[in-house]
Amino acid sequence: MASVNIKNKADIVIIGSGVIGNAAAYYLSKAGKKVIVLEKEDNIGDGGSTRNGGGVRQSGRHPAELKLAMYAVKNLWPNLSEELGEDVEYYQEGNLRLGKTKEHLKILEEIVESGKKGGLDLGMISGEEAREINPYLSDEVIGASWCPTDGHANPLKVTLSYYKKARELGARFITAQNVKRIGKVRGSARKVITKNGSVFEGDKIILAAGYGSRSIAQKIGIDIPMKQVLLEVLVTEPRPPMFYQMLGTAAADFYGHQSKHGSFVFGGTSGMDAYAVEDENNPTLSKTAPSICRGIIKYFPVLQDLNIIRTWGGYIDDCTDHIPVISNVEEVPGLIIACAFSGHGFGISPAVGLLLSEMALEKKTTLDIKPFHYDRFKTKI
Amino acid sequence: MAKISDRSINLGSFIKREDDSIVICRCEEITKGEIREAIYAGMFTFQEVKKFLRTGMGLCQGQTCEKLVKNIIAEELNISPLETGAAKGRAPMRPIPMRILANDKEGS
Ligand SMILES: Cc1cc2nc3c(=O)[nH]c(=O)nc-3n(C[C@H](O)[C@H](O)[C@H](O)COP(=O)(O)OP(=O)(O)OC[C@H]3O[C@@H](n4cnc5c(N)ncnc54)[C@H](O)[C@@H]3O)c2cc1C
Repeated sequence: MASVNIKNKADIVIIGSGVIGNAAAYYLSKAGKKVIVLEKEDNIGDGGSTRNGGGVRQSGRHPAELKLAMYAVKNLWPNLSEELGEDVEYYQEGNLRLGKTKEHLKILEEIVESGKKGGLDLGMISGEEAREINPYLSDEVIGASWCPTDGHANPLKVTLSYYKKARELGARFITAQNVKRIGKVRGSARKVITKNGSVFEGDKIILAAGYGSRSIAQKIGIDIPMKQVLLEVLVTEPRPPMFYQMLGTAAADFYGHQSKHGSFVFGGTSGMDAYAVEDENNPTLSKTAPSICRGIIKYFPVLQDLNIIRTWGGYIDDCTDHIPVISNVEEVPGLIIACAFSGHGFGISPAVGLLLSEMALEKKTTLDIKPFHYDRFKTKI
Repeated sequence: MAKISDRSINLGSFIKREDDSIVICRCEEITKGEIREAIYAGMFTFQEVKKFLRTGMGLCQGQTCEKLVKNIIAEELNISPLETGAAKGRAPMRPIPMRILANDKEGS
């Protein structure tokens, strides 16, 4: 194997400059470690991390992931702007998940039950109570789940501010580095080899390349059962502040919030999303934005005259059990995997970044990472 | 293509200039100074500056400021404006009211 330029050696090499890779780079740089981050694209954080809906939600999370979300909301999100020296536009004004039918209420009750079991402050409220919290809601809403500690933040600012601060602390970020494989030295993961032939070396390697992690992990014999699914978002012209809660629906037809500069950011699905053509330009489907708009208008008729100014798409790395892989690989010492966030990795990203830094530093992790082990997947029979 | 891939190059420290108060992105009211400062903070491509500051995210979607922003990045990094990366066009071409976009289904 080619010898490695001293400039390309670090304590930790991170693959992927999404919010997960950047957060890990920040916490590790803060701990005084030498970090190199390799990104395939020309732009930092070009994946789902700067395309998402900004939800910082604990409600509706899997019981294992809920612990990460609750830790992040309690300990990391409130100080993040101050810590990174940039306003990440974090609002903690609660989450309303709305229902219009009895079937919806049943779905909401299950979500509430599960959240409560995990110790989350979450409850059912009536349509009137929901309209007291958000007076713009349609009269058709008959009930909602309400989590007062949920919220949202600006994903562009979070992803790029983690980058900015890590860079300030000395982390070396390199774009246009399409990682092909990880190389072992005496059984341990040490080298990172790119398509253009560059070689990097680290004592620890964190694989945080979203869906791109799959083919890299496969080359060392690990397969994570996840697939790429398209999700779309649209944004309206700005309006004076109306409400700052995060919103969702039991029917999962749309979700979103009003952002700091006044635009409404709404995401959703049309049902065709999982069968979209995969394309590096993250194209949108012509039928999805109209479908999201119909969803919004049903719940918020007052928004129907707002102009839509842009739509975009992004891919999630949806795992077979819909929770992430955040894991050491015992068989290949030095390798840490962080992917398969299944469409909800933004809200937990500060906690995941912190955990990854602890794992790379071989410290006891603040939270239990066992549920996220890479080898947890079992076949039917 | 973006030219500079190693983001650890040293640009020195950010020094204010006289023309920093010029508004470059009129929709979002972002000045030349804010853009220059973002470049010094590591935003080396048109897309990164846009996502960090909101340049080109307003009603005109960058039709006015895209060239200007690219020129500023190019000047600060000593590269060609063509090497600051591409901007992507997205639907809709012009702002369109929600109720009209929602109306692509017959009878709805
Ligand atoms: C439309 C949409 C809405 C969403 N809404 C929410 C929400 O409201 N709340 C929430 O919590 N989450 C949400 N998510 C999910 C969230 O965005 C992701 O879970 C999160 O951003 C994952 O971060 P990441 O760093 O793992 O992934 P990514 O942002 O995908 O980053 C991975 C990076 O690795 C790079 N890469 C890939 N392959 C290679 C390679 N071979 N070599 C080098 N680099 C490589 C990619 O280019 C990319 O930059 C949403 C996602 C989408 C798409």
